[in-house]
Amino acid sequence: MLDPGHGGTDPGARGATGAVEKDIVLALARATRAELERQGFRVVMTREGDQNPSFEDRAALANAQRGAIFISFHVASTGAAGTVRAYSYQFSTTPDSTASADPSNPGLSAPAPVPAGWIAWNVAQKPHTDLSRRLADVLQVELSQKFKGSLEISSAVPVRGLRSVVAPAVAVELSSVAVADPRTLYDMAPVLATAIARAVAAFRPLYEGAK
Amino acid sequence: MSRRWRIIFALLAMAVVAGALYVRALRRRVVRMAESQASEEQARREVVEPPITTPTDVRMKAKMFWISATAADRLEPVEVEMPLSADPVQRSKQVLHELIANPPTPDRRTLPASATLLDFYILPDGTAIADFSDALANETPSGILSEEMAVDSIARTLETNVNRLHRLKILIHGQEAESLAGHVDLTGFYDLNPPSPPPAPLGAATPAQAPAPGGGLTGSSAPGKLKP
Repeated sequence: MLDPGHGGTDPGARGATGAVEKDIVLALARATRAELERQGFRVVMTREGDQNPSFEDRAALANAQRGAIFISFHVASTGAAGTVRAYSYQFSTTPDSTASADPSNPGLSAPAPVPAGWIAWNVAQKPHTDLSRRLADVLQVELSQKFKGSLEISSAVPVRGLRSVVAPAVAVELSSVAVADPRTLYDMAPVLATAIARAVAAFRPLYEGAK
Repeated sequence: MSRRWRIIFALLAMAVVAGALYVRALRRRVVRMAESQASEEQARREVVEPPITTPTDVRMKAKMFWISATAADRLEPVEVEMPLSADPVQRSKQVLHELIANPPTPDRRTLPASATLLDFYILPDGTAIADFSDALANETPSGILSEEMAVDSIARTLETNVNRLHRLKILIHGQEAESLAGHVDLTGFYDLNPPSPPPAPLGAATPAQAPAPGGGLTGSSAPGKLKP
């Protein structure tokens, strides 16, 4: 499952030289789809054009697939130009004891009780965090080899779009819309697609072994 | 050289001198405008957010987490001498006010200059609630990295300077926000002062356990990183 971020009325990050995140990520996702399909993977995209599905719609589409992995594409506003980072979601390690303790505080929403055997939508990614981290690490190794200056290890950050995905899920973010020429970001698409396809192929036995 | 050429050269020389003087005046005007904007921002801040002083204030060094001077994708602690209250709520307000208002240089800023801390309180279990104005969400540059650094700078500054805080909840104008600027999740909590992970057995190191290059705060192994 490939997820070009933003779209429609949400342009995402915008650079002074005309780079618009929603357009760039769509091009990146299309190039990646072509590369993955060339290698025999079935690919579904959360948007094919200039639409803006909600986080929930994107997650629901991913959750309807069996044995999927979810890769969300983004372009940063900052960071060293030409570098790429892979992110997996990280949940809090402290128990949520306060939410229902103070009903007078509207900022803290109480968690709804979840029937046994069900998965709470807002923590649906939780059982998959280890696999997501491994996918992000495999991907980041590939990215560090293809894009000079990129980190060699992935980062764990609570990226909102990954939270409700019931599958290994990662976000990929290029730096950045601040480049002097937006074409340099589009030019990264073939190399990024190759790196992602290699990472997905390397991750496949890990994923199948964990199922 | 004929008289006509002498006049032309004289006129050209005068034009060059006049141009140089004009450019110099223009530069001064730009500098004055920048200073004026900065002082307007300072004046606005003094009205909206007057300095927080309490009877227990003691002037001491605080560690503020701004963008590194050498790497734009990392945070770096900077020691700042400032009055700090013994009351954890007031102390938290003081350090967050400093974090927003006084970065060493504009390019090291992690939070928008126009953002204000509307309220701050601490629940009995050590949960800190920081309520920021809409500007925090509207003016933080969109992107995972920039949003992560914004939240991380708040979390690290609080946990380093205020004791007994265990986790942080960020509100925008009194309400829970889905994300900061489209990417980083604000619906959960961020761990402050998390316990150190148990040491890994020898030979079991994985890429995820390797230290981040340069020891930045945003790598996988960074202590006390974002965990909503």
